[in-house]
Amino acid sequence: MGRDRAIQIGFVGIASSSILVVALIFLFLFKEAAPFAKHPGLAALLDNQWIPVSFQKERFGILPLAAGTVLVTAIAMLVSVPLSALAAVYIAEVAHPLEREILKPFIELLASIPSVVLGFFGLVVLAPLIKQFFGLNTGLNALTGGLLLALMAIPTIVSVSEDAINSVPATYRNGSMALGASRMQTIWRVVVPAALPGILGAVMLGTGRVIGETMAVLMVTGNAALITANPLSPVRTMTASIAAEMGEVPFGSIHYQALFWVGIVLLLITFGLNFIARRISVRYGMMR
Amino acid sequence: MNRQLHETAAVFLLRFTTYAIVGVVGYILLDIIRHGLPVINWAFLSEMPRRAGSEGGILPAIVGTLYLTLGTVAIALPVGIGTAIYLSEYAAPGRLTETIRLAITTLAGVPSIVFGLFGLGLFVLFCQFGPSLLAGSLTLACMVLPTIIVTSEESLRAVPQAFRQASLALGATKWEAIRTAVLPYSVSGIITGAILGIGRAAGETAPILLTVAAFFLPKLPGSIFDQVMALPYHLYILATQHPDTDKVLPLQYGTAFVLLAMVLGLSLGAILIRVHFRRKYKW
Repeated sequence: MGRDRAIQIGFVGIASSSILVVALIFLFLFKEAAPFAKHPGLAALLDNQWIPVSFQKERFGILPLAAGTVLVTAIAMLVSVPLSALAAVYIAEVAHPLEREILKPFIELLASIPSVVLGFFGLVVLAPLIKQFFGLNTGLNALTGGLLLALMAIPTIVSVSEDAINSVPATYRNGSMALGASRMQTIWRVVVPAALPGILGAVMLGTGRVIGETMAVLMVTGNAALITANPLSPVRTMTASIAAEMGEVPFGSIHYQALFWVGIVLLLITFGLNFIARRISVRYGMMR
Repeated sequence: MNRQLHETAAVFLLRFTTYAIVGVVGYILLDIIRHGLPVINWAFLSEMPRRAGSEGGILPAIVGTLYLTLGTVAIALPVGIGTAIYLSEYAAPGRLTETIRLAITTLAGVPSIVFGLFGLGLFVLFCQFGPSLLAGSLTLACMVLPTIIVTSEESLRAVPQAFRQASLALGATKWEAIRTAVLPYSVSGIITGAILGIGRAAGETAPILLTVAAFFLPKLPGSIFDQVMALPYHLYILATQHPDTDKVLPLQYGTAFVLLAMVLGLSLGAILIRVHFRRKYKW
């Protein structure tokens, strides 16, 4: 019996390693970033310019990077949410069962394409198209980045929303149909509203994925740290700044610490989104 | 009549949207295959790159990615399976279990570049592994852990309760019951999880950017403390940092094709294994 107890304790230890990893992530991000708080002080992060390398005065304002992330994410969600919602409804409610068996894995295939490959596709195919269509000097801008990110969000949103729609009890549909509603009326006024919390959770998971995406935006957004709402302007996102600049900074420098602060902001945003998404799904019983 | 028309139009819109997405996925795959496949030959796969990647093959990048993914799985699989066994077989509802689950969802949502920062801070600098296979594998292992845990736990839960009860009734201890009556029947799910994890690790660029990847290193790694080249990073470099990106476009497509074939091949393998075992075990 003692041996069984020991094995159980061993498993508790292994399972706790996830908690340990999360704790270590927070610990080491703050450890590397901490000296920045003393000099030049956290207020420096609220500057409205990001000029990490300069002969006069370096400026480490996260705002332009955050603005870049917000713009690209907004474009991605504007494109991906309606498309994904329609596709999820089609797969769950309209498609033939055999069709569903093929469609869902195929769209989920999009999720397993490495982001660097999508970025490469964006660079050589999508960016030239955008450049030509709008008559721009360069196709590397927020719109191109947003469209690529929409592609990355679609499989997540479709897959999770479809599960949510599927978990709406059949009695809802039968009841609606029995009252004389048409199929579309049933879908839009009964099934979709019932699945709405799940769809919302799916959108949040998708948003989290888009905000954290690095390689594709690094390759196609043009990387200029500007505060702008113009989708045809180049922007620089938080993730892209870390990836592009970390390779060139001296370890321990102020610039290095500022990049860790950018990482902390990213971590907190995605943590918040996931936390809310999880609360929604637990509350509405979509997760065990 | 009007209502009928309305219905048909709505169905058409839904179907059109869905197939438009499918079309885009198909187009991306076709584009990479169409331009990438002609570049692939034995020399491309088995030679060292020359002149900063402008000529020659991609052997060290393929080998680097293989080693990295193997290292990742070797670290993440035992921890992932152990966690899954705890969650499915031992965990009682309570604060510890709830915290572990929250930690897993948090991990699943951490942006890959943040894993890179974490790996840089902990493994490269604090543990003094330097940029190396070891530091990269450890970082990627933390990243794929949630995938392996979730799929393994699902497959453990899918084993009927009666298997455990029968085993316990025959006098087995809890661990013996798990080892002999539960684990063998969830192997398929665990393998699926491992393969999905490998696929994710093979395709990720951001975490290895800061922890392993070498720009140009035409030799094979000799120890776990060596830097390596990796396919995704090689593609990124060729596509954005190379002085003459247009000239090396075929090499970019070739690298993208090899990477995509590897990752999608793994995903397909995972699906086939799942189908095979679903047919084999029915209860």
